[in-house]
Amino acid sequence: MSTVIDVEHLDFSFGSGALTQPVLKDITLSIQKGEIVLITGPSGSGKTTFLTIIGGLRQAFHGSVRVLDQQFINSSEPVKVKVRQQIGYIFQQHNLLKSLTALQNVSMTLEMGNTLTEQQRRDRSAEMLIAVGLGDRLEYKPGQLSGGQLQRVSIARALVGQPKIILADEPTASLDKQSGYEAVSLLKRLAKESQTTILLVTHDYRILDIADRVVELEDGVIKKV
Amino acid sequence: MNKLAWFYFPARLAWRQLIFDRSKLVAAICGVLFACVLVFMQLGFKDSLYASAASAPVKLSGDLFLMHKQSEAMWRPVQFKRSELMRALGNPAVAEVYPLYLGLAPFKNIQTQVKRTLMVYGFDPDSQIFNIDEIKSKQIDLRLKDTVLFDEYSRPEFGPVRQLLEADQNVTEINDYKVNIVGLFRMGVSFAADGNVITSDLNFMRIFPRRHHSDIDMGVIKLHPGASAKQVEAELKSQLNEFINIFTYEELLKYEKDYWANTAPIGFIFGFGTVMGWVVGLVIVYQILFTDIANHRNEFATLKAMGYEHSYFIRLVFASAFFLAVLGFIPGYLLSVGLYHLAESQMYMPMPMLLSKIITVFMFILSMCVMAGLLAIRKLKDANPADMF
Repeated sequence: MSTVIDVEHLDFSFGSGALTQPVLKDITLSIQKGEIVLITGPSGSGKTTFLTIIGGLRQAFHGSVRVLDQQFINSSEPVKVKVRQQIGYIFQQHNLLKSLTALQNVSMTLEMGNTLTEQQRRDRSAEMLIAVGLGDRLEYKPGQLSGGQLQRVSIARALVGQPKIILADEPTASLDKQSGYEAVSLLKRLAKESQTTILLVTHDYRILDIADRVVELEDGVIKKV
Repeated sequence: MNKLAWFYFPARLAWRQLIFDRSKLVAAICGVLFACVLVFMQLGFKDSLYASAASAPVKLSGDLFLMHKQSEAMWRPVQFKRSELMRALGNPAVAEVYPLYLGLAPFKNIQTQVKRTLMVYGFDPDSQIFNIDEIKSKQIDLRLKDTVLFDEYSRPEFGPVRQLLEADQNVTEINDYKVNIVGLFRMGVSFAADGNVITSDLNFMRIFPRRHHSDIDMGVIKLHPGASAKQVEAELKSQLNEFINIFTYEELLKYEKDYWANTAPIGFIFGFGTVMGWVVGLVIVYQILFTDIANHRNEFATLKAMGYEHSYFIRLVFASAFFLAVLGFIPGYLLSVGLYHLAESQMYMPMPMLLSKIITVFMFILSMCVMAGLLAIRKLKDANPADMF
């Protein structure tokens, strides 16, 4: 098994000078290919910050963060953009584009690479939406879909590009128990099929059982692995 | 495919976002349309001003024209001696010379008795210095005492002269001197004069008793066939007195036009209006693009997180600006065509919708939208994907 995410002695703090607020302290964690890892912890524990650093959305300066064999510490924007293109993101809010249909939203992931024809993009996006159970909602816009359906569209959007890693931040926060659990199990099933690594931040204890491993963060320190 | 996709994808997203919110799109189009109409009208008035300024010289038929160097424009001429014009006959290439007398005088509306100033042209009724058919056919009538021809394209404040003539009411006063209108012709008004009247040189002296036959406002020179106007112009420059300006036909048109564009502040006023239209449109489009980016901030941040580059969004903003320019220009153009017609029928000023003007205005609107885009893209920095979690 190959290591997809390798973090060593990561320190991170907000602010500067006397106002420095340490958020992450000496984090060391490595995640293998195909692994599903949940990060839990109370709010303010730094789990979302950790996720944004792994996702190449926030610049860290101390320690080592290797994602898909790229060092993120003191890296340049183009390097991070390249890695980001191989990561699927699922947000707390669905963050779909309001003006696009479900199908077009999912296609946005594929337009980036620009290696497919319009028809291929449509077919693959439609396939993915069928896989998440929205085959009859392809031409619906976000305003016409329910919360659970929206989150499933965003799962489809994250997965359609066949990413190596999925980063999810509280994907069940805005869903009721049942649709939340359905969405996460769906994510797990599809990810397992394609050997995709999942790093999921949550404090929803109802979904802990989908994980291969649970990491608990408290005050920027890993409590137990 | 790759080059195409580079602009096609962001442009398509821009388009989809634009048409998603119809009411905002309509507001945006109205903003561009407003700027478009404003610029069209300002340029239209300016061009119309130039065209009408040259409406009198356009109808003159001659090869060379003499004016006093102190004459700023035809409508406010400084007189010079007729003998100076006659000296031009000494040049072997010159066939004929004719004086032209110009004067502004109040014309009494036959119906309302109200007086309004118009331009009076006096010329030798045996000469052919006006390229207007109605004048050529009425020249015999003009030889009679106190006869004038009236410009049908004069402003309506001078009265319904055509109907009055048909009703045999053809007596009025110019400069408090009683004249008979014996016919109509078509020339057009200008910023200098609201109307025109043509009469013989002798009648001109009767209307303007202080003017003298030997003091002329303009000289019209006709050359023998085959003679080069440019060459004769150069020769006459050395032969005639130095206070005489010699123009070819084109130079005369340009001289008149330049007067209105530069000496009179009118050219500046319309230029200023055009720029103001541009600025107002710029602010409107900027506001639209700016709020659009602000509203889509989360969506853009999401796309950035997914790996879209910053430049993608810059292209998206410029594509939006381009679409707004085109979508606003089309109705703006159509509305302006209507307004041009309205202006022509209401103000009796020529307002042609030329292709060159259409292109100019479109470029203007496009540059406006691009500029607005340039200002708005700074707002894109707010779309920070790290804030999305």
